[in-house]
Formats: sequence, C-alpha cells, structure tokens
Amino acid sequence: MIPNEYLPIAVLFILATGLAALVIILGHAFGPRRPTARKLMPYESGMTPIGPGTRRIRVAFYMIAVDFILFDIEVVFFLPWAVYARELSYYGLLVIGIFTVLLLVGFIYAWKKGALEWE
Amino acid sequence: MDAALIWEWIIKSAIVLLIMTGGFAYTTFYERRLLARIQTRIGPNRAGPWGILQPVADGVKLIFKEELIPAQADKVLFVLAPVITVIPALVITAVMPWGGVVNIFGRQVPLYIADVNVGVLYIMAIASISVYGIVLAGWSSNNKYAMLGGLRSSAQMISYELALGLAFVGPVLIAGSMSLVDIVEKQRDIWFVVYQPVGFIIFLIATLAEVNRAPFDMPEAEQELTAGYHTEYSGMKFALFFMAEYIKMIAVSAFAATLFLGGYRLPFIEYPDWLEWIGPFVLLAKIIVLLGGMIWVRATLPRFRYDRLMAFGWKIMFPLALANVLVTAVIVVILSA
Repeated sequence: MIPNEYLPIAVLFILATGLAALVIILGHAFGPRRPTARKLMPYESGMTPIGPGTRRIRVAFYMIAVDFILFDIEVVFFLPWAVYARELSYYGLLVIGIFTVLLLVGFIYAWKKGALEWE
Repeated sequence: MDAALIWEWIIKSAIVLLIMTGGFAYTTFYERRLLARIQTRIGPNRAGPWGILQPVADGVKLIFKEELIPAQADKVLFVLAPVITVIPALVITAVMPWGGVVNIFGRQVPLYIADVNVGVLYIMAIASISVYGIVLAGWSSNNKYAMLGGLRSSAQMISYELALGLAFVGPVLIAGSMSLVDIVEKQRDIWFVVYQPVGFIIFLIATLAEVNRAPFDMPEAEQELTAGYHTEYSGMKFALFFMAEYIKMIAVSAFAATLFLGGYRLPFIEYPDWLEWIGPFVLLAKIIVLLGGMIWVRATLPRFRYDRLMAFGWKIMFPLALANVLVTAVIVVILSA
C-alpha cells in the first residue's frame, strides 16, 4: 500500500506522461513526412559517415560511472543522519566521522589510481 | 478518501503542469531578451507587443516541422528518450511548496502537491532519472556525435550530482527535516544562505552542471559535437528536450530559493491568513532573479574544457562540499548540545 502523501505524486506523474505523449502525438500528426535516403543518414556535418554510429567507448566513462555509484550511495547515507544530527549529538558525529574517513580513503585511492584523470 | 480530495490533486497537478510549461515558454523568451540586452542587441521583438508572442510562434513552428527518425536509429528508444527526459523534470516539482495553506471556498487547500517527509531525497532520486533519457537519446540515434554528447553529458551530470547531494545536506542539518515545507518554515526569520554561504554557491554551480547550462553546456559544444545527444532530433521531439532543460532550470531555481532563500516566505513577516496567497508570487520573484543569474552566467563565461570540467567536479566541488557538510554538522551539534 502506497502511503497517502505519495498518491498526489502518482496523479502528477500520470498527467505529465499524458502531456509528453500529447506533444509527441502533435508532432506526428501535423509534421510533414517526406523522407529520402539522404535525409535519413546520420548527420555528421555533411560528411558521409564511416562505420557504425555506436562504437566502443573509452573506459574513463565506466570509471566515472562506478565511482559515482559508490560515492553517491555514500552521500545518500548522510541525509538520514542529518535529520537526527541534533538527537544523536556527539555520538552521531563520531560515527559519521568514521564513515567519512572510510569514504575519503576510497576517494583518495581512486584519485591516486588515476580514475579521475581524463588524459 | 473522498472524491473532492482526488479532484483537488488533479486540479493542482494540472495547474503545476500549466505553470511549468508556460514558464518554460517564457523562460526561453526571458533568456533571449536578456541575453540580447547583455550583448547590446534587442532580441526578438516582432511577434506581438514587445515580442511576447514569440514563444507561441516558436511552438507553432515546431509543431509543423518535419520530424526525422534516422534510418539506422533504434526507433522505439529514439521516440521514448525525450519522454523519459521530460517526465522527471515535471514530476520533480511535486514536492515544491508554492505557499502555505489557503482557504478556497471554505476548504483548506495547501499550495503544494505533496509534502513527503523525504522531500530532499525525492528530488535527488527523480533528478537522476533524466540521465537515462540523455544516454538513450545519444545511443539510439546511432550517430557518433550524439553518442559522444550523450556520454559526456551523463558523465558530467552524475559527477556534479555528488556535490549537489552534499549541498542538500546543509539545509537538512540546520532544519532537522527533509520535508521542504518544514525547511521553508524554519527560515521564517533568517534565510539558510546566511548559515550556508559555501553550500549555496556549491548548489548553484552544481545545478548549472546538472541542467547542462553554460559554462557546462557540453551537449551544445557546437564546435566539437554538433548538437550533442539531440543532434538527430527535430520538431516536437527536440522541443521536449528543450522543455526538459528549461523546466529543470525553473525547478532548480525554485529549489535553490526554497532551500536557501526562504522559499515562499519573506523574512520577519508573518502572513495573516488572507495574505497566504502572496506565497507563490514571492517564490516566483525569487525564481526570476535566480534564472536571470543563470542567463547572465551564460552571457559572461566561456565554456569549460571537458577534462577540466570533470576535474573541477571531482577534485574541487566534491571535497569542498564534504568539508562544508562536516563543518556545518560540528557547529550544529555543538550549538544544540
């Protein structure tokens, strides 16, 4: 069962999907369609494309993605603590301090290993 | 649950959608006029008085444009990608508090769609979904520029999301709540920007990167990538990407105003019941000022080089945001203990 305060979000989601669908349909309904083989080629500033459009990607993007997943989840852990920081007081500060040190060790490791370099 | 409540939700959602789409149209106009003024031009001024019908003309033009789907594109994903990009931009505004509770014909109506107790987390979660649309657009176009542009934009967005997420923690720490309504109510006297100046600046920079705006506008690095992930898009599908970008601009300005600048409240002024209606207009004024700032930045700063942009995000923004959170936390705990 979804809690009551989330139901209005579902209503907004349905209406937003409807709006996006309406925009797509409007374009399809009123736009002319006169395709030619040349028009449907991938646009590369007038050059004839060589090879496939989707090819292998450099590994740096994967490194960034993996780093992101690690650190973003760690960032999300800060939020529930932030709500109760006053109640948890110094004990909470100590725990989050240890957590941050662990996070920083990982961050420094990634930095020194060159995962953040783009060359 | 009664039918009136469901109607209230539907009407409020429809109004928010109308405000966001109308706001999108007039933000493009605002941007073109302001940009023109900064560059000592006049800008679009022919359609209607002072050019105010320009967005309408643009919209009508886009509806009647030919839409191309490239022959080698993945057709389903190609059509779906702009939809996936625009829906989160619209849905994110559900937790945006536009004002307090007002009395409409004897009915108490809060001027927000939903007040969830994990509001800040909700923003982070929904904002991340837009990345999928951009990656899919780049990949499904089957175009080298689009592919590279999509990858670059998404890598940039996720990199700055770390700093953005940490910038959210500051106001949450001070307010002791993730609900945006609570955060606004805690700023009745002093705006959080006073306590969180560094956090506010980090938030502004990170949101510029998050919505792919200059000087972080990698998808529009025309010299290197044509038009990035929307190279192959035309007509209304292109309009959807454009709409997502501008609606996100409005949304992040609204969240910056809510988290740091007192949201729908004015400092030191208690609204009497009949004046609660002023809330949305106060928020709107703050949004317009912040949008003006974003446009000004675009007019002033040149584009970052991509490797420097990533290095800036990871090596400066992320540690700085982390330090800001820890310093804030120590002060909050010491003051409350």
